Amino acid sequence: MSSRDTILKNITANKPELVELPAIDLNTVIQYNDLVQQYKTVLQSIGGGTVELQDLSSLKQELESRKAKGDFVVNRIAALGEVSDSLASLTADELAAVDTAYIQGNVAVAENGAIWLYESNMGNRLLPFICQHLVIVIERKSIVPTMHHAYQQIESAKEGFGVFLAGPSKTADIEQSLVIGAHGARSLIVYMIG
Amino acid sequence: MSHTSTLKHAEAAAQFINDEPRTNWHDETLWFVRQKRDKAAHGLPEWEQLREWASQIKNHTLSNLDNYLLEFERNAKANGVTVHWAMDGADHNRIIYDIIQKNNIQKIVKSKSMLTEECGLNEFLHTKGIETVDTDLGERIVQFRNEPPSHIVLPAIHLKKQDVSDTFHEHLNTEKGNNDPQYLTEAARQHLREKFIESELAITGVNFAVAETGGFVVCTNEGNADMGAHAAKIHIACMGFEKMIPKAEHLSVFLRLLARSATGQPITTYSSHFHKPREGQEMHIVIVDNGRSRQLGRADFRNSLKCIRCAACFNTCPVYRRSGGHSYHTAVAGPIGSILNPNIDMRANADLPFASTLCGSCSNVCPVKIDIHDQLWKWRQVLVAEGYVDTTKKVGLKGMAFLLARPRLYRFAGKMGRGVMRLFPWLVNNKLNPWYKQREMPAPPKQSFRDWYLQNKK
Ligand code: SF4
Repeated sequence: MSSRDTILKNITANKPELVELPAIDLNTVIQYNDLVQQYKTVLQSIGGGTVELQDLSSLKQELESRKAKGDFVVNRIAALGEVSDSLASLTADELAAVDTAYIQGNVAVAENGAIWLYESNMGNRLLPFICQHLVIVIERKSIVPTMHHAYQQIESAKEGFGVFLAGPSKTADIEQSLVIGAHGARSLIVYMIG
Repeated sequence: MSHTSTLKHAEAAAQFINDEPRTNWHDETLWFVRQKRDKAAHGLPEWEQLREWASQIKNHTLSNLDNYLLEFERNAKANGVTVHWAMDGADHNRIIYDIIQKNNIQKIVKSKSMLTEECGLNEFLHTKGIETVDTDLGERIVQFRNEPPSHIVLPAIHLKKQDVSDTFHEHLNTEKGNNDPQYLTEAARQHLREKFIESELAITGVNFAVAETGGFVVCTNEGNADMGAHAAKIHIACMGFEKMIPKAEHLSVFLRLLARSATGQPITTYSSHFHKPREGQEMHIVIVDNGRSRQLGRADFRNSLKCIRCAACFNTCPVYRRSGGHSYHTAVAGPIGSILNPNIDMRANADLPFASTLCGSCSNVCPVKIDIHDQLWKWRQVLVAEGYVDTTKKVGLKGMAFLLARPRLYRFAGKMGRGVMRLFPWLVNNKLNPWYKQREMPAPPKQSFRDWYLQNKK
């Protein structure tokens, strides 16, 4: 018998009697009066920054001037101008030189600062991890209270890859001292539009 | 002979506590992590409800595990992922070795996976002349030092920054005596970025596997699992079969609990959901049994398979904090390791269920409500009945004896307030401690304790 069949057979023989799944009642989970304020506070506590904007015009200008200066920036947001869409063919070595990536976030979570990104927002799965600095743009109205609400909004398996990303890369592996910028992005700024 | 084996933890622990300042530091550092966990837990009014949901979801999953594994396999295959099944560690290692050979792979990066530690993957590959680079910072540090991780979430928690500085000076040529964590982390970042970029194979663990979607979720703070998996042309994800959960929506419950329980963070920086290989990439999943189906059949111990490896039970354990992870001589240390390891090898790990005061603090913090201390107690009965220990009484007291028989370990009178709760967390939250029934607890100075209690009961 194959390993697979043996394992499955043993599980069938040894599993306990069927018990039911619990019903998850969202009425019992935390509510926030001000989702935007809650989101900002949490994100700042985990090392990220927030900027509130009415619209994208100032960010668009910033991006253009950085490009003009010759900074290696990658834009994935159509509303900010020309989108880099040939990223899939770039190697890790090439992407490692990206200074700042601009990516659209789909849903942001007030309780923990996380933002859901679909693979299609990234252009290349490596981009939000390997870039030195990360800028994510979200709509104010896309902030939800908790992870339960977030999973209702997204379809996590819609694309080949997706991530909840909360703050810049970090580690505390050396004597529990928090250091921002472990392997991934050294900074995260979230622009909240609307 | 059986007697000797029950002494192993105690002996290793005795060595650990020889360095008293370091032991105190270790103890305090982990207690600090436990306090961060408390703060995060108290921030959510529904915390107990979440634990209950998590526990029930896991109970349900275990009761229907064969069907969920089949559903997962079917969906993962449809997503273009190759699914392998491994009976034990040797099987797991061979499957990975075959993939390496078939693709003629030289460069391998690995993110944290306690399963690959359990299976001895690095050592196995080493005997085949293949080196893997561990990419979690803590794991890289201990790998350089030829040590195993001492904690499942904080692999290098037993080391001071001077130790890391010396290690990096030797291996990465950093400045001698520069102990700045920022500087040392930056050196590791540069070193490991090179490794990610040139890697051909990335091996990762799995935190949760979702039957409904065939996908799996990997959680890190550093981003190392993603750097490896998205750069390499082959990704192998290794999982014990108990990582299964039924639906994607259940991830919300577990992701809310995991990081809060582990480090007090609201969530890990990256919770990555893998479903399909990227264009041109190969993705494999190795589903491992290695004794788990046997544990599933032990009614008293099966719910240890609910564990999500948050390590909250380590951080709160008065024995773990003062004996260090290496004294448990197994990949998964701490209270939960002391339940899982006797199942894998009763003789070799008969000492572990005795490395506990049975205080119950572990069960109180466990996000999936495993009755850890009850199971430790039950393992003692089994091990005695099976003849792996001499007499119940003698060893029954071992865990407590370790902590209390050495005066310097509870020289806490001057440090009340904090000390009582740290050394005896069960005084406030556990009335069913068998040890407590047999003996008088050393009485803490009444006034201080009451002060503490009054302050904390609200
Ligand atoms: S037994 Fe519970 S507390 Fe311990 S690591 Fe597992 S889930 Fe966390």
